[in-house]
Amino acid sequence: MKLRTDQSLIAKWIKHNTRVLDLGCGDGALLANLQKEQNVSGYGIEIDEENIIKCLGSGVNVIQTDLDAGLSQFDSNTFDYVIMTQTLQAIYYPEKLLTEMTRVGYEAIVTFPNMAHWKCRIQMALGGHMPKSRTLPYEWHNTPNIHLCSLDDFENLCAEKNIEILERTTVDHAHQISLGMSILPNLLGEVAIYRFRSSA
Amino acid sequence: MQNSLPPNSIGLVKPNKVHFDKKLVLASGSSLNGFELVYETYGKLNANCSNAILICHALSGDHHVAGYHSSKDKKPGWWDNAIGPNKVIDTNKFFVVCPNNIGGCGGSTGPLTTNPDTGEIYGPNFPLVTVKDWVKTQAMLADHLGIDVWAVIIGGSLGGMQCIEWSIAYPDRLKHTFVIAAASKLSTQNIAFNEIARQVIRSDRNFNEGYYYKSDNKPIHGLMQARMLGHITYLSDDALDEKFGRQLRNGKIKFGYDVEFQIESYLRYQGRSFVDRFDANSYLLITKVLDYFDPAAETDGNLAKAMSPAKAEFLIISFSSDWRFSPTRSVEIVGALLETNKKVSYIEIQSKEGHDSFLKEIPIYHQAMKTTLNRIATEISV
Repeated sequence: MKLRTDQSLIAKWIKHNTRVLDLGCGDGALLANLQKEQNVSGYGIEIDEENIIKCLGSGVNVIQTDLDAGLSQFDSNTFDYVIMTQTLQAIYYPEKLLTEMTRVGYEAIVTFPNMAHWKCRIQMALGGHMPKSRTLPYEWHNTPNIHLCSLDDFENLCAEKNIEILERTTVDHAHQISLGMSILPNLLGEVAIYRFRSSA
Repeated sequence: MQNSLPPNSIGLVKPNKVHFDKKLVLASGSSLNGFELVYETYGKLNANCSNAILICHALSGDHHVAGYHSSKDKKPGWWDNAIGPNKVIDTNKFFVVCPNNIGGCGGSTGPLTTNPDTGEIYGPNFPLVTVKDWVKTQAMLADHLGIDVWAVIIGGSLGGMQCIEWSIAYPDRLKHTFVIAAASKLSTQNIAFNEIARQVIRSDRNFNEGYYYKSDNKPIHGLMQARMLGHITYLSDDALDEKFGRQLRNGKIKFGYDVEFQIESYLRYQGRSFVDRFDANSYLLITKVLDYFDPAAETDGNLAKAMSPAKAEFLIISFSSDWRFSPTRSVEIVGALLETNKKVSYIEIQSKEGHDSFLKEIPIYHQAMKTTLNRIATEISV
């Protein structure tokens, strides 16, 4: 299975022979790839039945769970990495889940769409409507994305929750990296990728 | 003759029988002086014996899982919708084995068999057995068939308990297991239901302390009522409501105790047809097998520890409307396996049909098994 660019970037951050928990693992492409290429073991958490069946087909351990119910079934520090790609914004209690991720894993990695991207800002400021983009294609009334944030918002929350950010990168809707994004990530980055851990 | 059978059926099948001379010492300390297993097989065992699937039956099941014994049979085996050529459990790819467990009444040694030591029918003196004993006899059958390692062991309900026991008792003898609508032990409520079923049978005036087979009168009322009670618990409130609602059999209330509502008629039919095919002593015994199963009892209640020897890859499946073996009970098994980093996947199937869902042709359920089995088939290159 082919990886999205944000997933390829994450794969590069993950050391070989480690244990990974992938929250909202989708079709299991990232885990399948990590298992095959980097001898990683672990589990995917997913709620959608069709996705679960894809995981079963590719030999990815997948547990059907609603992430809003938390990660209580996992002991502390049982994974080297807990990953969550493009899911944070659809979670009821993101701050609780972020803390849970740093409890269950030594390190955590998230990706999410950046609401402070310049196109979003223009749509709000000049268009006067909720932003829509290729990463955020929904209308305000049918979006599953209930907790959208910007890079700055996310970093403020991390500071509040004693979460130490280890690495940050941003990509555009095609998941490409540009020079501008590394200078003004909160304005020019469309998708944010963070690696972090508990500093408590 | 065979032309009249559905085209996707495995067709006409015949049961086999194997006799084991060796004394079988049971978990209870009692023993059987030799025993027989009746079993069916479908498909072909490949050259390196790597494509064998064991099906473990539940309370009222037997070895006849798929196909027909005669072209006159009204119904095929109990899981025919899942087993056959190109079906979920594809007999073109896999060699499928299902034995009737000892203590049952499908033809394997049980209460209806003659005890070789006394020359009399075992009847109520048939020793109580456990899931452990069953799994031991299934392993002996595997030896007999030349199967060292099962590709998959599949079971629903009490069958799922056998899967769990296999994974603990013979970790090297199975690669995968599908534990469906199961639990690692019965809940108090489940034991309570079983006890009512037993009391109803035992208090039938024809029960005769279990020696009913000596006369023409069998405890049919007791067994029928036990089955009626069981049957309700295998379905969900919604399923019953949807199927029967408050429909009346003859259109109006008659102010009497005869059948008025359709559900009454249905339950009586279910009960009566069960009596024709099941033995009361076997029913009593198998409810006890269910009650006794609790692998964690040997590890101070720690299921993760009890299951720690397991090496198989688990697929745990539950059904949303199953209140007899609820999804929570499956999640307990998943939790125990996660604790010791076992390979496990879990899916809760949305269904309305209660515990019986595991026998139904629910697309996502069947797709989950088929997708996994296709991958397994590729792994063992059949």
